[in-house]
Amino acid sequence: MSAPATLLAVRDLNVYLAESHILQGVSFDVRAGGITGLLGRNGVGKTTTLRGILGLVPRTGSVVLEGAETTKLAVHEIVRRGVAYVPEDRDVFAGLTVEENLRLAERAGAPLRYDLVYELFPELEQRAAQKAGTLSGGQQQMVALARALLNGDNRILLVDEPTKGLAPLVVRHVVEALRRAAEVATILLVEQNLSVAHSLVRDVIVLDQGRVSFIGDVDQLMGDAALARRHLGLAAAGSH
Amino acid sequence: MTTIALLLITGLGLGALYFLIAAGLSLIWGLMRVLNFAHGAFFTVAAYAGWSASGLVGGASPELQWLVAVAVAVVVGGAFATLTEVVLIRPLYARHVGQVLVTVGLALATISLVQGGFGSDPKRLALPAWMTGTTTIVGANIPNTRLLVIAFALAVFALLIFFLRRTRFGLIVRAGVENRAMVQALGIDVQRAFTLVFAIGGMAAGLAGILAGTYYGTIDPGRGTSMLIFAFIVVIIGGLGSVTGSAVAAIVVGVLQQFLNFYGAAGVGDFSVVLLLAIVLLVRPGGFSGAST
Repeated sequence: MSAPATLLAVRDLNVYLAESHILQGVSFDVRAGGITGLLGRNGVGKTTTLRGILGLVPRTGSVVLEGAETTKLAVHEIVRRGVAYVPEDRDVFAGLTVEENLRLAERAGAPLRYDLVYELFPELEQRAAQKAGTLSGGQQQMVALARALLNGDNRILLVDEPTKGLAPLVVRHVVEALRRAAEVATILLVEQNLSVAHSLVRDVIVLDQGRVSFIGDVDQLMGDAALARRHLGLAAAGSH
Repeated sequence: MTTIALLLITGLGLGALYFLIAAGLSLIWGLMRVLNFAHGAFFTVAAYAGWSASGLVGGASPELQWLVAVAVAVVVGGAFATLTEVVLIRPLYARHVGQVLVTVGLALATISLVQGGFGSDPKRLALPAWMTGTTTIVGANIPNTRLLVIAFALAVFALLIFFLRRTRFGLIVRAGVENRAMVQALGIDVQRAFTLVFAIGGMAAGLAGILAGTYYGTIDPGRGTSMLIFAFIVVIIGGLGSVTGSAVAAIVVGVLQQFLNFYGAAGVGDFSVVLLLAIVLLVRPGGFSGAST
């Protein structure tokens, strides 16, 4: 069986913020389908990588989506090519209702997946008229994921620490939602919770101090204590 | 009671003018983080354009002349604001000092040009007979222009609320006021919203310009600048980015100014508005609407 085609190719991505050289020539591929994990310690540039792919920070290098260069495009143009973003802090619009948050994410011409969204997060349908700012952290995460899943032509979801700060029960819900989401779109997932990452991802890219330090299979990384310690800084081997 | 009714309605009329200027300023800051010191120039240029257009149809009835003046002022205000956004502001996004310098410069240059072209003397605006009359309310003879300005402000407020709450562009503007980057990250061209908000702000300022001419009976080159100062105070007291907050603040400022200028010594009303600003900034820095910015 041939390997899935490359959906996203990042080459020599460099980001400078203020005087700091945050990303230093980051290069990797994301295969179409499934979940690819972007791992690493705090502050190594994982969030900046997602923001760089989307053009939310000034960057140099190349980001190719399905064979088309995107680095010269504006943020909204990149998104319209099928890149959805779930930011670390959820960034729901607190003053808008849940329904308005979702409506804002609707893209003209794209098939809308409200059925899937409400199947995964039935609570959102019940709370459609509630201001997003009054929701719990878990519910806000559902809104953020729902916005990314809504448009049927999204090719890749950039999901940044979706389980951060959530209760274990909600984490399980989010993990299940991501698993289902991966059936309809490719996901590039930043996740600090290694057991969550291990249970979801197939390919792994590890960053260290703004550079790629490891690319490979998740079992290869997590199954080798020395390798995991070297790249992730802790005894991650065997974590589930 | 008569005096109170007169002061109250006159204050509401003044507040209505402040609101028309402040609503656009507030939305522009809320969405784009642009402190637009040229807003008074939109007001002034539109008022003079309306006055000139009114003169061009001098043979028509005063009602038609006035309606032409209003229509032209609104269109010119919107067009001038759009041009300003596209030509001067767009290249300076995220360069706040540059924005301040260019909008202050535009305001000063525009006022000088208007003074050069039309002179410094006030120009009398042709008004229909009804507008020069009064209406008796609880025994007070209220100038009809006050009622007219209040009615226009209410209509603009209702339109803005409809736009913000019931249209997709309004949704984008409300979301953009909260988090512009996330709006872009949802695939929305926020630049178009910027231009639209600038145009709406300019149209409201243009309407304010011609209505101020109606309220005071004349237009002059300096009124836009002097009203802009109070409009900025209204925006801050109301909460940056909040149209409803601006509406409430405009009423408070206009009425307070009228009452204290009447019952207190000269200038007390104006001073009290600045004092109110200081108190609000100390007690509730986000303004009436509680916006965090």
